[in-house]
Amino acid sequence: MAIEIIIAKCTGCSLCVKACPFTAIAIVDKKAVIDLDKCNLCAACVPVCKPKAILLRKPEPVSRPTDIKDYKGIWVFIEQKKGKVQSVSYELLGKAQELAKKLQCQVSGVLIGNDVDSQLDDLISQGADNIYLVQAPQLTDFQDEPYTNILVKLIQKYKPEILLCGATAIGRSLISRVAVIIKAGLTADCTGLDIDPKEKILLQTRPAFGGNIMATIISPNYRPQMATVRHKVMQPLSPDKQRKGEIIKESFESSLYASRTKLLDIVEEIEALVNLAEADIIVSGGRGMGGPENFKILKELAHVLGAAVGASRAAVDSGWMPYSHQVGQTGRTVAPKIYIACGISGQIQHLVGMQSSRIIVAINKDPDAPIFKVATYGIVADLFGVIPALTQKFREVFRK
Amino acid sequence: MNIIVCIKQVPETTEVRINPETNTLIREGVKSIINPFDMYALEEGLRLKEKFGGKVTVITMGPPQAEQALREAISMGTDEAILISDRAFAGSDTWATGYILSSAIKKLGIYDLILCGKQASDGDTAQVGPGISAHLDIPQVTYVKKIEEVKDNSLRVERMMEEGFEVIQTPLPAVLTVVKEINEPRLPSLRGMMRAKQAKIMVWGQKELNLDPQRIGLCGSPTQVIKIFTPAQRTAGQILRGEISEMVTELVGLLKDEVY
Repeated sequence: MAIEIIIAKCTGCSLCVKACPFTAIAIVDKKAVIDLDKCNLCAACVPVCKPKAILLRKPEPVSRPTDIKDYKGIWVFIEQKKGKVQSVSYELLGKAQELAKKLQCQVSGVLIGNDVDSQLDDLISQGADNIYLVQAPQLTDFQDEPYTNILVKLIQKYKPEILLCGATAIGRSLISRVAVIIKAGLTADCTGLDIDPKEKILLQTRPAFGGNIMATIISPNYRPQMATVRHKVMQPLSPDKQRKGEIIKESFESSLYASRTKLLDIVEEIEALVNLAEADIIVSGGRGMGGPENFKILKELAHVLGAAVGASRAAVDSGWMPYSHQVGQTGRTVAPKIYIACGISGQIQHLVGMQSSRIIVAINKDPDAPIFKVATYGIVADLFGVIPALTQKFREVFRK
Repeated sequence: MNIIVCIKQVPETTEVRINPETNTLIREGVKSIINPFDMYALEEGLRLKEKFGGKVTVITMGPPQAEQALREAISMGTDEAILISDRAFAGSDTWATGYILSSAIKKLGIYDLILCGKQASDGDTAQVGPGISAHLDIPQVTYVKKIEEVKDNSLRVERMMEEGFEVIQTPLPAVLTVVKEINEPRLPSLRGMMRAKQAKIMVWGQKELNLDPQRIGLCGSPTQVIKIFTPAQRTAGQILRGEISEMVTELVGLLKDEVY
């Protein structure tokens, strides 16, 4: 078996019991016992064991690629919609530059689309040392298969060491497919990326179990090391017009641009004035809003702040707001600079979707609402009094 | 229509709590449930079968106790359930899991549609659904919020995006991953529960699936977890005091530099 307790060394201290996220370890007769049906071989117990009594044998893959050293450079998949580069791509270029300093390598953007030339300068000024550009009319909008085909071909040709991509609807769909085809390790929704100073490999940290635990993940034996990263976690560089970059145009035979699925229409919902995932500020309402008509006051506040409007599951399930606005475990995970929770009690399912926000403001008339336990600033009062006053006050401040 | 629904047994996240004294996870007595997103996949499979006939097969990969999740799926009305379980699968990451599940789907042979939840609530990766379609080399549509039309061996679906949705036509067979908006899952029927109790659940392991040992478990997984830790918990901040107008003025003062 791949994991075992060296009974002679085990002191029965139970540190491993506490470390195990799967409750697979128990102390029986003063010795640790691992329930192999529950154990996921995650290795969380190994570093906490002071007498080093837990042995986890990680088998080395036989079919290990021998050309790992040929893989160089950090790539960022540049996501565009209707020809416009998405903000998460700039955030990733910023992070990629930071990592590239530690690896002393270049940062490349991969841009697939049609008529997207106008944004090349912006990409270069914000961190791309060069850009692989693939343009064709068939590539105007994202589709899984052609984009996968192209990315796979480019990776095989140029061999990047690391590939980063936004954890967006497009990114998570595309990159999962690419990772399978090229057999690479992929870590989803990272909130932290670093380079191991000794091994020079990518350290990928991400939340799991709805943010209750964090895991650091590596893909030492496969290339590229692939990760998706959430919106708003990384910082873009400020544009530097002096930066120079090279454009590498690529094109492939048209069969690679074919898609079995057909994109018939793109429908933008009018309610989504500001995209939740990209918003710096979110004003969110819950059961305490009392009804759909009352979301009007939230929308006014959001309008003044240039914010997006969110909703708790309770508000969505009551039909007050469309599902696309739902924040939380069964909705979206967001991390804006400011999250204003109005009439939201703060059930754990909601908290896991927004607790990485930098500042949380809670407005609720129940002083015992769990939302106050995570709030940076709390107002215990009737939201129907507070929100219009807040909108008014911000309006005054901005006028000055 | 032959439909395969892939589900995962997960701990009920709402019950995962942190012990404030030791700052560790309390998972004792935590209930296992079917991943909430997979419930929508199950429901959609059952609705399609009711409309167009055919069969719904549910599969899950996990430890022996994941059988419970399959019985729950049977109680909702699925026709057949297969547990994919083997000690050799432990430590599989999303790459290896996609490989194992797609191998089981190949062994099942005839399928028109594979349904998955958009992601699991424990891992949150959203990688296994697209992974299965890549291993099978069939089309995928992720984040499906509505199946608009089923016609001539193809589907027209709505795919949820950040700003709205896309309308996509896909030939079958295909993999769809679904979001909550697609339906409201039914409750198990009494008859279903009786059936679930007696149902025989097939178990397929490495031998039955004849898998490449280099592609499963820890060995077949490109990613490795090297550290697991509890994040710093957010602590309560400041409760503002006074009349509403005073609190609002104070809050605007605190936030205005952030809002600029």
